[in-house]
Amino acid sequence: MQQFLQQVVSGLASGGVYASLALALVLIYRSTEVINFAQGEMATFTTYVAWQLIDWGVPFWVAFFATLAFAFVFGVAIERVVIRPFEHGPVLTVVIVTIGLLVLLNGLDGWIWGAEIKSFHSAFPTRPIDIGGVAFSLQDIGVIAVSLLAVFLLWLFFRYTKVGLAMRAAAVNPDSARLTGVRVGWMLALGWGLASMLGALSGLMIAPVVFLDPNMMQVVLIYAFAAAVLGGLQSPAGAVVGGLLLGVMLNLLGTYVHPVTPELRLPVALLVLLIVLLVKPSGLFGRAVVRKV
Amino acid sequence: MPLLELSDVEARYGPIVALQGVSLAVDEGQVVAVLGANGAGKTTTLRAVSGTVRKSGRIAFAGQELGRRGPEAVARLGVAHVPEGRGTFVELTVWENLRLGAYTRSRGADLKADLARMVDYFPWIEERRDQQAATLSGGEQQMLALARALMSRPRLLLLDEPSLGLAPLVTREIFRIVRELNEQEGLSVLVVEQNANLALDAAEHAYVLEVGRVALDGPSQELRSHPSVRKSYLGY
Repeated sequence: MQQFLQQVVSGLASGGVYASLALALVLIYRSTEVINFAQGEMATFTTYVAWQLIDWGVPFWVAFFATLAFAFVFGVAIERVVIRPFEHGPVLTVVIVTIGLLVLLNGLDGWIWGAEIKSFHSAFPTRPIDIGGVAFSLQDIGVIAVSLLAVFLLWLFFRYTKVGLAMRAAAVNPDSARLTGVRVGWMLALGWGLASMLGALSGLMIAPVVFLDPNMMQVVLIYAFAAAVLGGLQSPAGAVVGGLLLGVMLNLLGTYVHPVTPELRLPVALLVLLIVLLVKPSGLFGRAVVRKV
Repeated sequence: MPLLELSDVEARYGPIVALQGVSLAVDEGQVVAVLGANGAGKTTTLRAVSGTVRKSGRIAFAGQELGRRGPEAVARLGVAHVPEGRGTFVELTVWENLRLGAYTRSRGADLKADLARMVDYFPWIEERRDQQAATLSGGEQQMLALARALMSRPRLLLLDEPSLGLAPLVTREIFRIVRELNEQEGLSVLVVEQNANLALDAAEHAYVLEVGRVALDGPSQELRSHPSVRKSYLGY
């Protein structure tokens, strides 16, 4: 039982990381139907920025928030400069542009910071905490708390603010949104900014665990894809649930099903992706909009 | 000076010419109707004003040239366009649709008072405000589209075929409300409508479009007795 609870909590922690990146993918997919393949590399780049700030002696939490702010501006700028010229082109063109961006950013990381692995300090103490006789890692609990808090803040933003509502309107019906005065182009850019922030968050949370190198987020991106597809690519709530579910599932399989060694985690995630696409392509939270004409 | 003035406006969709030199005017506080058969350019006329189609020629609103302004910018000048198909945000709730209508209003704007006003016009909104707009009937969606446009407190309302797909009773109710808005609040309206009878009842002045040109215009009463209007649009 003790081992089970520990594995669930540590699964939720990695799930929180997948969920943040999955949510970033969904934010962009929902409004433009583009899968941003560069999402992981954008996250790695911003994590390097945080590492650099900390290396220069900036306190962790200052660097943390400065990095989130940078990530937002970075995301908006990428949309405005790199994606916007292809806004009216076919989706495939934009997808290929994001793949180009992936390669470019990956190279840039290595060029600026070198290819060697860097250690990254955790925001949370590594000692365990005792809850009801079970020892949990404070690091895991901190990661879960941060990702849930981020999701909650995002939900508040979309639900209760004017800009959040305008972003949703621009995503579901851009023509009509324009007629009500919403600057749809800027809403897309804001979406990229928020997605980039979520990516930075996932990078900052995973870096202490897997260490920082230019390819750090590549595997995480695949887990995030699996999570987003599991939840339903159109559904932000689905991305979060999908991420947490995938994290816990992979952890439990690794602990209790012996053939599933750590090397098999990725194939299992891909298997989940395949099964969801075959059985229920719209995902667990696939859109159930009633349409009446 | 008219509130809205189109002079020699041309518009095309690729190689297809939709408007070939349309001129018309809407005075402040006036309801103006545009009649015409399918494909005569009625919808395109509204789209030219709101900036959702590229056009040439002059369009002036409240003394300002609209030029190449896009729909976001035209909306900010006080033009509310209820497009063909109503443009309802079906995934969002009734209240969210109304909040979006007020998007161009300043931050301090008293939306609660406006919501109350909308409930006066459309009492069903009250109990349905948290319902997804997709669950509304066609008539309710048309009314919601109208309410959404009114939430922006527009100077000019562009209304595209409000009767489309609706029962006659619902259509009459919508035209009654448009009339009331015009009489009580001085709202100026440019309405496009296939149902010439209803449109001529509601409007003071009307234009008849034929293949992208104004074929005829005049006060509604005069048009009503014009032989070709009677024959082609009123059917008697």
